[in-house]
Amino acid sequence: MKTFKLGGVHPAANKLSAGAPIEVAAVPAMVAIPMAQNLGAPSKAIVAKGDKVKVGTVIGEPGGFLSSYVHSSVSGTVDKVDVVEDATGKKVPAVFIKVEGDEWEESINRTKEIVRDIKLDKQQIIDKVKEMGIVGMGGATFPTQVKLTPPPTAKPECVIINAVECEPYLTSDHSLMLAHPEEICIGVQILEKAMGVNKAYIGIEANKPDAIELMRKTVAAGYPEIEVVPLQLKYPQGGEKQLINAVIGREVPSGGLPIATGALVQNVGTAFAVYEAVQKNKPLIERIVTVTGKSVAKPSNFLARLGVPIADLIAAAGGLPEDTGKVISGGPMMGKAMPDTNSYMVKGCSGILVMKNEEARRREAGPCIKCAKCVHACPMGLQPNFLSRYSELNMLAEAEEERIYDCIECGSCQFSCPANRPLLDWIRQGKPKVMGILRQRAADAKAKADAEKAAKEAAAAK
Amino acid sequence: MNVILIALIALGAIGLIGSLLLYLVAKQFYVYEDPRVGQVEELLPGANCGGCGFPGCHGMADACVKAKDATNSLGTLFCPVGGNDVMANVASTLGLEAGSAEPKLAVVRCNGNICARPKVAVFDGAKSCAVAAATFSGETGCAFGCVGLGDCVKSCQFDAIHMNVETGLPEVDETKCVACGACAKACPKFVIEIRKKSSMKSPTPKRVWVSCVNKDKGAVARKACASACIGCGKCQKVCKFEAITVENNVAFIDNEKCKACGMCVSECPTGAIHATEPVMIVVEKLKAKKAADAAKAKEEAAKKAAEAQAAPAAEAVPSDAKAEPTEVKAEPSAKKTAE
Repeated sequence: MKTFKLGGVHPAANKLSAGAPIEVAAVPAMVAIPMAQNLGAPSKAIVAKGDKVKVGTVIGEPGGFLSSYVHSSVSGTVDKVDVVEDATGKKVPAVFIKVEGDEWEESINRTKEIVRDIKLDKQQIIDKVKEMGIVGMGGATFPTQVKLTPPPTAKPECVIINAVECEPYLTSDHSLMLAHPEEICIGVQILEKAMGVNKAYIGIEANKPDAIELMRKTVAAGYPEIEVVPLQLKYPQGGEKQLINAVIGREVPSGGLPIATGALVQNVGTAFAVYEAVQKNKPLIERIVTVTGKSVAKPSNFLARLGVPIADLIAAAGGLPEDTGKVISGGPMMGKAMPDTNSYMVKGCSGILVMKNEEARRREAGPCIKCAKCVHACPMGLQPNFLSRYSELNMLAEAEEERIYDCIECGSCQFSCPANRPLLDWIRQGKPKVMGILRQRAADAKAKADAEKAAKEAAAAK
Repeated sequence: MNVILIALIALGAIGLIGSLLLYLVAKQFYVYEDPRVGQVEELLPGANCGGCGFPGCHGMADACVKAKDATNSLGTLFCPVGGNDVMANVASTLGLEAGSAEPKLAVVRCNGNICARPKVAVFDGAKSCAVAAATFSGETGCAFGCVGLGDCVKSCQFDAIHMNVETGLPEVDETKCVACGACAKACPKFVIEIRKKSSMKSPTPKRVWVSCVNKDKGAVARKACASACIGCGKCQKVCKFEAITVENNVAFIDNEKCKACGMCVSECPTGAIHATEPVMIVVEKLKAKKAADAAKAKEEAAKKAAEAQAAPAAEAVPSDAKAEPTEVKAEPSAKKTAE
């Protein structure tokens, strides 16, 4: 079975909610839809207090190039535009909507019927994806329309669908595949059309045999250009660069874009969202979220509207257990610990993980014993022991030399460290600083080149 | 004998060639440096702290000489470590009149101690404010205040800032702080500000500052921290020198305009405005006077109320019995003014 070449770790899978069907989460009396739901610039709210909205009404416009639309997930009246806490407790603007009934925009096709015929052309698909507010559903929430318009120098060859779900505990992608295999395949075809390619792979880790079988059956029934690729169990296989390496054996160049290998990677949830947007005209207003944990009474997969309080979802899964030490938005490896449960569902929230006190506490860090376990674990071939120390001591030139900018922040180093050193904590400090230096340098070089060019032209004009 | 001679001659020749090479290289790649730069650098303290805004004392010396050549003055160049004495020496070396800058120091603008600002979460990652601030909003309900993991303490080269274990907040040692600004740069929440040591000429420093940077709305800030600035603007109204501005729900005192009268300190309902000892003496007096005024007002109000009550109801009920409830009634309004 295939897997990526370098590094990787094997955390316990703990897929407690694997068998649970998708339940529709109840719509509360009031939702708060945050305006910062994508990577890049937050969206701008375009509604005001008292406005009537339906399910699917646009309430937020992109705040920049790297940004997306936000739609109302409920019907009702806008109560206020205020701030809420995001998963890390930081304040972000949000639209509060008082729920009244469940009235959808007429343009949305709410029937269960599967629409197979793709009528839109390449550009129309990309425009539709933008209009419907689709972002990467794996958790990074990169606006999909931007990813579908690669630089003109790129030569796309295939689409790789990320259905790996290598994060322990999470089962949202798994349950989505079991529930909507054909829709996903059509979504993949739409992505192929948007990229102008005729080959696609769906990478699934081997711990989901039922999903592999079902997807294979669906593909065999009428999607010959799609190949289902079972992958050996290893974290972080769901990383874009690792997945490309595992599926087609190519390597993303250091500092380059993944599209340089000819592969466009999209999450399986994104493929489904693209299907719904393009074929059914349905904006991204709900997603599947896993609520799980060893102490949770009923680990579940919910289909939850955006803006639903996280506390409500935890309550629906049996409530917050007494000895909870940590609640994490996302998975245990890359998720973010929440300071409290006062936040709301967003597009990138794939799971809510409740951890018991003794599981959650970090053990005390000891001195580095130079065992190099982190070096073996790093899927990018970096030396996390040095990188973390360089970041801690603000030795940015050295950190740059050791390619800190290649770090994908997967946490394999910290997971494997026998001295419990907070390696990733420090690397996360140094990485943006080095990236800032690189960006500044590129900008300076460009300004210099422009100035020289202008001077040359001026001289030529004389 | 011969061997020794050959060795001597060979080594001598190598030495000669080497020195010739060094001489030629030194000649060829000679960089002229103003000799005054060296002189000025010798006068500077040599701490290389960067407090002047230049990378080390050599950079500062270079800047001083350049400033003298360009504008014939030292402008705003100032060595916070050496202070006025060193700058006077530098000025006289360069043949300039000595200017003077007012001494400054680092001021911690957060007073959310453990009692005022209870913890709502626990951070168990790397022990660094920068890491904690990048990870989440903070261990307390206040997302703006001091993180308390001591990045400022680590950044200080002069041993002038320390964590107070009782309050969980850093404290600046006035005698050691040179206002180099390293702690202000190290703080990820921008809680530390470099301010004038004293707003007024006084043997003991007189300064007043708002010890809070919380930009949340009043009620939210108050909920997170009992001693937060709630942006009520009372200090702004009471200030006679227009030194106080309230922006983004937090007050700021301009230390150029502040006369350290202490009015704002006595007015602040949450105690977010702090002042040094000599100002606090005045503030205590102001507060005592205010309390006395309030008590007097209360008494008068009670008296008036009693009289008003007593006049029409005199026949029916004895005035003593009526006076009691009115006094209770008058209390809330009196309390309000006292606050």
